[in-house]
Amino acid sequence: MGVAIAAAPAPSLGLSAPRSPWALAAPLGLAYAAFFVAPLLMLIAVSFYADERMTRFGLEQWQRFLFDAFHWKVIADTLLLGLKAVAATVVLGFPLALVYRAASPAWQRVLLFIVVMPLLTSVVVRTFAWIVILGREGVVNQLVLGLGLAAEPLRLLQTELGLVISLTQIEMPLLLLPLLSVMSRIDPNLMDASASLGASPWRTLFRVILPLAAPGLAAGCLLVFASATTAFISQSVIGGGRLVYLPAMIWQQAMVAAHWPFAATIAIALLLSVSAVLAVIAHAGRVAGGRVHG
Amino acid sequence: MLFRPTSPAPTAQASLRGHTLDVLGLGVRYGAFTALDDVDLSVRAGEVLALLGPSGCGKTTLLRTVAGFVRQNAGRVLIDGTAIDDLPPNRRRVGIVFQNYALFPHMSVAENVAYGLKARGEAKPRIAARVAELLEMVQLGPMRDRRPAQLSGGQQQRVALARALAIEPSILLLDEPFAALDRSLRLDMQIEIKRLQRQLGLTAILVTHDQDEAMSVADRIAVMRRGRIEQLGTPVELYDRPRTLFVAGFIGTTNRLPCLMEGAAEGMAAIRLPDGTALRVPAEAPPPPGPALLTVRPEQLVLRDEGAPGAFPVELGLALPLGGQVIREARLPDGTTLRLTEPRLGPIRDLGARAFCALAPGARPALFPNPLSEED
Ligand SMILES: Nc1ncnc2c1ncn2[C@@H]1O[C@H](COP(=O)(O)OP(=O)(O)O)[C@@H](O)[C@H]1O
Ligand SMILES: [Mg+2]
Repeated sequence: MGVAIAAAPAPSLGLSAPRSPWALAAPLGLAYAAFFVAPLLMLIAVSFYADERMTRFGLEQWQRFLFDAFHWKVIADTLLLGLKAVAATVVLGFPLALVYRAASPAWQRVLLFIVVMPLLTSVVVRTFAWIVILGREGVVNQLVLGLGLAAEPLRLLQTELGLVISLTQIEMPLLLLPLLSVMSRIDPNLMDASASLGASPWRTLFRVILPLAAPGLAAGCLLVFASATTAFISQSVIGGGRLVYLPAMIWQQAMVAAHWPFAATIAIALLLSVSAVLAVIAHAGRVAGGRVHG
Repeated sequence: MLFRPTSPAPTAQASLRGHTLDVLGLGVRYGAFTALDDVDLSVRAGEVLALLGPSGCGKTTLLRTVAGFVRQNAGRVLIDGTAIDDLPPNRRRVGIVFQNYALFPHMSVAENVAYGLKARGEAKPRIAARVAELLEMVQLGPMRDRRPAQLSGGQQQRVALARALAIEPSILLLDEPFAALDRSLRLDMQIEIKRLQRQLGLTAILVTHDQDEAMSVADRIAVMRRGRIEQLGTPVELYDRPRTLFVAGFIGTTNRLPCLMEGAAEGMAAIRLPDGTALRVPAEAPPPPGPALLTVRPEQLVLRDEGAPGAFPVELGLALPLGGQVIREARLPDGTTLRLTEPRLGPIRDLGARAFCALAPGARPALFPNPLSEED
């Protein structure tokens, strides 16, 4: 595509508008084609092998996957885990975003640093930190026992509650970064205008701030959902062996059972089910905030 | 672009009409910075008062304090004699039109106008009727379903005005409402806001840094500087009898002549110009003897060909013929440049010619202590 750019009559710089804007997207497009689209097509192809030796094509893997209620339960658990992580991050993150919006520029920098900091730490480290916090002898249990809130240590590790708690912290930056960026662009005069027209702070929140923040909120929810449903490390380390989610099934089939066709089938099922929920979230975001841009 | 206001509902007229605003000893600080310092202001019922002053002098802060967005450190705000200091902004019934209009971008024109009525919990049919009436009043009926982004600047401003008027505010605050409009539209909107305000009997405060705008729209003008009100008066009072050097310089065009104050008696001051010319000028509150500044409007000076008592020699500079008048620059021997207006009767004097300049008969220039010779 460099040819197209060079061939265009360029009076000053070689960067004057190329005839087709696609030319500029070509390098990334080629990389996507080579490293994303091609493997995806191969994945789909592999899922249609009938046997684990991959000798002939057939629908066996798909039948095996779809006609087993256990697999449907794993799909449901995985999606539910994602939704719980989204709900928890939103409940904790949205008020923080409101605080951020009202803060002075100096405090905004401090808050942003705190929000981004977890991203500077490896997921593995953060996950093991949560083991220390949530374990039988962990910080939470020492506190709960010390305060006499429970007679026995709470069981948090290897429970979905513990997993959601740690995912909430781990995925929080993904919710907050798009949300804060949209929030800080809302004209503060709009809140004052709302108040001067007689609206209570709650009405202002629901009629002005929330609709205007919707695009950022939806983007954050998309990222959290996609990340939480596929968080293999956190799911396995904190959830442990008793909680089964799709990523662990894929790993087990591909690396332990060496059954690539079935692993491919589960991978596609994960992709489709997560994408379906993402589409719903994106649509909801457009409906709530779309009137701003439409 | 002009719109003919239709007669508003009698209820609206009754409650919009005749509210007063009093600001007593208002002080606002941002950290160590004093934005408003002991501001007193009374806005009469049905009056438009302009807050005029350079950027950063505290005009917006004063409006925001009246609206309740900023909490004052000292002083009180009264509407119709009742203190509103402890009311949150949503209970003050103060209408405000923001400089950037601050229309809700996710709502249609009609929804923007209906917002305050819904917040008050009015019945749906009543809201619909009121919105239709207000949109008719600002001639935006056909635009009711558009989004703000689809409107021109002037249309957005009318939506902002209709939205503020919908809640039947006791006071209307306008923060530099015309600044974002181009010149011709600005004049139209000034006329229309003035007409609506008159018709509805609204009490309004208009913030501006444009003296022409303040002169043309306001009944009275408060000139602000550094968080204080320098002078409050009608446009004519401010122009003819500025109380401070700042007001003299801020309103209209003025010449500053350094001079020496020699003495005062019976309302007349005796002063001497650097070239030795002695002048007698009327002065109600003459400054103490010593260095002073005489501020003279261009139309208060006349040119002569021969010298006379009270006339001082000048060298003529550029002339700008403007219709019936000539704007003329003239230079004193000490280098001070004056601007004066000559009637365009005879031939225009040449550039570089020598002439004599004197005060026009009956002119009342103003005399102030020279700030360069003492503390400001
Ligand atoms: N929220 C704020 N925090 C600190 N200083 C402020 C704030 N708002 C305004 N100021 C300062 O107060 C002064 C007056 O501001 P403002 O009332 O907006 O002036 P104007 O509207 O006359 O231009 C300015 O010097 C401005 O920098
Ligand atoms: Mg301002």
